[in-house]
Amino acid sequence: MKYLCLVYLDEARLDELPDADCVAYDREIRESGHCVASEALQSVHTATTVRIRNGKLGITDGPFAETKEQLAGFYMIEARDLNEAIRVASGIPPARVGSIEIRPVRPIRETVAAAEAAHTQQD
Amino acid sequence: MATDPNEPIAAALERIYRSESRRVLSTLIRLLGDFDLAEEALHEAFRAALEQWPRDGVPSNPRAWLVSAGRFKAIDAVRRNARFSALDDLEANGHEIAAEDDSANDEEIEDDRLRLIFTCCHPALAADAQVALTLREVCGLTTEEIAHAFLTPVPTLAQRIVRAKGKIRDSRIPYAVPQPQELAERLDSVLRVIYLVFNEGYSASAGDAITRHDLSAEAIRLARLLAELLPEAEVHGLLALMLLHESRRAARTTAEGELVLLEDQDRSLWDRAQIAEGCTLVEQALASRRFGPYSLQAAIAAVTAEAPCFAQTDWREIVGLYDVLLRVEPSPVVALNRAVAVAMRDGPSAGLALVDALLAGGELHDYRFAHAARADMCRRLGRNEEAREAYRQALALTRQGPEQRFLARRLAALGD
Repeated sequence: MKYLCLVYLDEARLDELPDADCVAYDREIRESGHCVASEALQSVHTATTVRIRNGKLGITDGPFAETKEQLAGFYMIEARDLNEAIRVASGIPPARVGSIEIRPVRPIRETVAAAEAAHTQQD
Repeated sequence: MATDPNEPIAAALERIYRSESRRVLSTLIRLLGDFDLAEEALHEAFRAALEQWPRDGVPSNPRAWLVSAGRFKAIDAVRRNARFSALDDLEANGHEIAAEDDSANDEEIEDDRLRLIFTCCHPALAADAQVALTLREVCGLTTEEIAHAFLTPVPTLAQRIVRAKGKIRDSRIPYAVPQPQELAERLDSVLRVIYLVFNEGYSASAGDAITRHDLSAEAIRLARLLAELLPEAEVHGLLALMLLHESRRAARTTAEGELVLLEDQDRSLWDRAQIAEGCTLVEQALASRRFGPYSLQAAIAAVTAEAPCFAQTDWREIVGLYDVLLRVEPSPVVALNRAVAVAMRDGPSAGLALVDALLAGGELHDYRFAHAARADMCRRLGRNEEAREAYRQALALTRQGPEQRFLARRLAALGD
């Protein structure tokens, strides 16, 4: 099962985390076979939010929600269950200064494909 | 013949329901991988027993019969509902149980009960959901009973349980006993749930009944089960702590439901059997050298329980145990309890200095027992004006009827 681990931290505390530590863990998790994809993000100051309202494109500076901790990166992992996902997430270095939100992936493509297949069978 | 031939079967069924339904449910959850499906299956299995046992007799292994019947009923239900995607999983699991039925693997079934406890108390679930789910699934209480016990509207509690089951399913909280390296941390969560249930029964946080005995009894039953399945020092410590508290139940309120302080309790009302069991468990826990905060709190309660009277309580020993507890679990509440013990050992002014320092720290500002302790120490020192002020503050923070009346009596005695 896939889980997205969202890494949140107060960007003011970013310098407490050497990049080398983060990359070392990234290498470790990739070698373990748990990692599907992972990236660190540019500072939240570079964020742009886009929305369509009444058919019109709206573009604003900044993240969707202003919070004390910002989204700083992510790991898409493969884990047997939540316990394994927690084990993997607790090793992510920013967990020591920020927090990691673990979200199970919803199999949206599979669900839609199954609905389409059932529909075709009925016809 | 006036006897009803079905009567013994009905009695047997009821006995088997009481002793086996939670075991059967915990195994069905593992086999079916879904709480709701398993509950339905359990219900159907007992319905089938009610039909077949009067005709065919009680099977030699009722537990295995019920698991097997529940599983078949669930597969039927899934077929009827055409939940095709779940069916593959079920049939794969079905082969597994066919093999298990022969070996009648009791150990595996006991493991299922432990799996159920750890799943219901998983720290990824909200704390109030852990409590509700444990009482519902492990103890077999109805949603209405739990809602009533926690003074929560039934729909709110039902919603809490539905959400928790949804999270277990969607985020795939495993139906498993944690691995050794996670066990201590996960066990904390289980013990916290059990102690919360106990305290809600022992010292209700609101309402007029000072004790809600059923919840305390349920918590003790749960701890006994856990001690049987997982004999860790802290499990014994928690069981001991609850037994030692429970032993004083009859003495801590008057017939009218008024609060009786430890120093005024009639010790002949204490339950000696519970005290003896609690003390044995404490010794066992402390001897293991893997004890933690529950064992230490139980040791403190044991010292109190073994004193022939309040005046002869070994306060030196109690302060010493609080010192250890404070190192293991540094918290202002533990420090407050230690201050009360110091006041007993060294006199109220020594205790008051500690309480005032704690209150100055700010964390206990809204904690009613901090103000009540300060009030009592001031009263004993003859500082009546300060005592009255502290009693008033404690009273303002108390929502529980008997406690309110106790504090009001103390205030009145000081001429307020």
